[in-house]
Amino acid sequence: MGYTSIEKIINNNLKTDLVRANDIVTVNVDRVMIHDIFIPFVADKFEEMGFTKIWDPDKVVLIYDHLVPTSRVEDVRHFQIGDTFAAKYGIKNVHRSDGICHQLMTEAGYVKPGDIVFGTDSHTTTYGSVGAFSSGVGYTEMAAILGTGQLWVKVPETIKVIIDGKLPENVMSKDIILRLIGDLGTDGANYKALEFTGSTVANMSTASCMTIANMAVEAGAKAAIFTPDEKTAFYCSVSLNDVPEISGDEDADYIEEIHYWAEDLVPVMACPSSVDKIKPVTELLGTPIDQVFIGSCTNGRLEDLEIAARILADKKVADYVKLIVTPASREVYKQAAKNGIIEALTKAGAIITHPGCGLCCGRSGGILSEGERVVATNNRNFLGRMGPPSVEIYLSSPAVAASTALAGHIALPEL
Amino acid sequence: MKIEGRIWVLGDDIDTDIIIPTEYLALKSIEDMKKFAFSPLRPELAGSIRPGDIIVAGKNFGCGSSREQAPEIIKSLQVSCVIAKSFARIFYRNAINNGLLLIENAQLPDVATEGENITVSIGEFAEYQGVRYELSPLPRNLMEIIEAGGLVAAMRKRNGLE
Repeated sequence: MGYTSIEKIINNNLKTDLVRANDIVTVNVDRVMIHDIFIPFVADKFEEMGFTKIWDPDKVVLIYDHLVPTSRVEDVRHFQIGDTFAAKYGIKNVHRSDGICHQLMTEAGYVKPGDIVFGTDSHTTTYGSVGAFSSGVGYTEMAAILGTGQLWVKVPETIKVIIDGKLPENVMSKDIILRLIGDLGTDGANYKALEFTGSTVANMSTASCMTIANMAVEAGAKAAIFTPDEKTAFYCSVSLNDVPEISGDEDADYIEEIHYWAEDLVPVMACPSSVDKIKPVTELLGTPIDQVFIGSCTNGRLEDLEIAARILADKKVADYVKLIVTPASREVYKQAAKNGIIEALTKAGAIITHPGCGLCCGRSGGILSEGERVVATNNRNFLGRMGPPSVEIYLSSPAVAASTALAGHIALPEL
Repeated sequence: MKIEGRIWVLGDDIDTDIIIPTEYLALKSIEDMKKFAFSPLRPELAGSIRPGDIIVAGKNFGCGSSREQAPEIIKSLQVSCVIAKSFARIFYRNAINNGLLLIENAQLPDVATEGENITVSIGEFAEYQGVRYELSPLPRNLMEIIEAGGLVAAMRKRNGLE
C-alpha cells in the first residue's frame, strides 16, 4: 500500500517506512516559530520546566507581528521579554517589525519542503504550501519542544482534495478554500490532513497555495499539504534535487476524496460569524458595508495587493467606506511600492498600514464600532474578533474586497 | 475516580476568541484575564462559575486560535471538567497539558439543562438525571500527562526537579 504525503514526511523524519496514519510517534522538529503574543508565556513555562538551554537555537524563529506597532501600553512588555529570552538562550533569528509570522517563515527561507515545523499559532498550517508538515501548538508544548527538540504526534489521516481545470477570471484561491470549508464544516477535517492536488493546484502560485494552507485549520485540520515542485524549489531557494519525493501515492489510504471542477467555482464569502457559513457573492450583492480590510497572512501578499490595485486603478473608494490595506511583510510592501501598487491604492483612497497582523486579530489598524459591517480578506470572522460582538465580519478574496470597497456595498469583481 | 458538579451549558463551535478575547491577552496573568472568560457570548458567566462546576458543550469546543490561555483560564476557574460532543485539536492538547480533564460524549450535550448536576466516573460513565452515558478512556500517553499534573510537571520530573 502506498503512502500519503504526511506519512512520507514523517517516515523520512524518523528514517523508517513503518509509520502509518493513527500511529502515535515522536518526531524530530526541524524548525519552530514563536510570536510576540505568546513569548512571555513560552519563556515562563520553559524556565518553570527547568530547562537551561534550547536544543538548537538556530532552529528557533521569534517574530513580533500581532503587536507591531504597539496599540496598548502593556504591549512593549512582550518585546522586552522576547529580547531578553533571545539574548539569554542564543536565539539569533528575531524579526521585530518585518511582517506577519506566517509570511516570513517561508519568505525568509526558514521552512524547506519535507520539514516538520511547529508554531505558537493555529495558522502554522500555512507552510504546508511548500510541502512541510506544519501545525500549531500551545505555549507549554512549545516550551517542551525548545528543551527537547521533539514532539509527540498522532499521525493524521488524510482527506485528498483534487481541483482540476482553469479558474474563472474573478475566482481566487481564497474562494476555493472558503468553498471547501463550507462543504466540510468547521470540524469536517478535525485532526486530519488536507492534501491538495489536481491541475488547478499544479498551476497555482506558491502565494495562492499559502492562502489555502493557511485556512485549513478553519475546517479543523491538523495540516495542509501541497506537493513541492519546481515553483516550490524556486520560492524556497533550494535545488530541485533537494526536494524530497513526498507526493501522495495513488494507492495510499485516503479516508475521503473530494473533487472540484475549477470552472464551476464562483466568488464566495463567509458570513458572520462562522467561517463555514458560505454564500456565493451573488446572493449578498448590495449589502452595505462600512469598512474593507485587505491584508493578513491569508491574503496580504503581492498578488493580492496587485489584484486590488488593478480593480481600483484610476477609480475611488466609495464615500464613507474605509479601505485598510496591510501588506503581509516589509518585503511585500517594498515590492508593492516599486511596482506602483502602493501609489495606485493610495490614489484610490486606501489607508495603507505597516506590515503586521493589524485588524485581523482585533488589536489595531481600524477597530470597528457597534453595528458596523466589514469585508475582510483574513481567515476568521468570529464574534468579537474586530470590535464589539455586534460587528459583522464577511470574509472574502482580495478581488471581492476591492470591488466591494469601490461600490460601497458587496460587489462581484469584474475582471 | 468520581467527580460531581453543577453544569453550565454552551452550544457548538465555542471558539477561543469567545473563551478569552484577544484584547485581554496582553494582561499580565491568568488571574487578571479570567474575569473576562466567555465575555462576548455570556458576560455574566465567569463571575458565576463556582469551583467544581462542569461545562457541557456541543461540537468543536475550543476551535480557532491556539491561545493556551483558554484552557488555562477554565482550569483556573476551577471547572472540574469539560464535557463536549467534540474538541478542536489544539485546545485538546493544551487542556491535557494543563491537567484540565476533557470528556467526549455525543449524547449528553443534547439533553443537559443548565443548573442541573452531573456525576462523572472518569473513563467509565457520566450519570445525569438517573441515566448513565458510557465514556471512553483517554489514550494512555495522555492520561500520563494528566496524572503527572500536566506537561510542566512532567518536564520538571524529566529534568530531575521533583
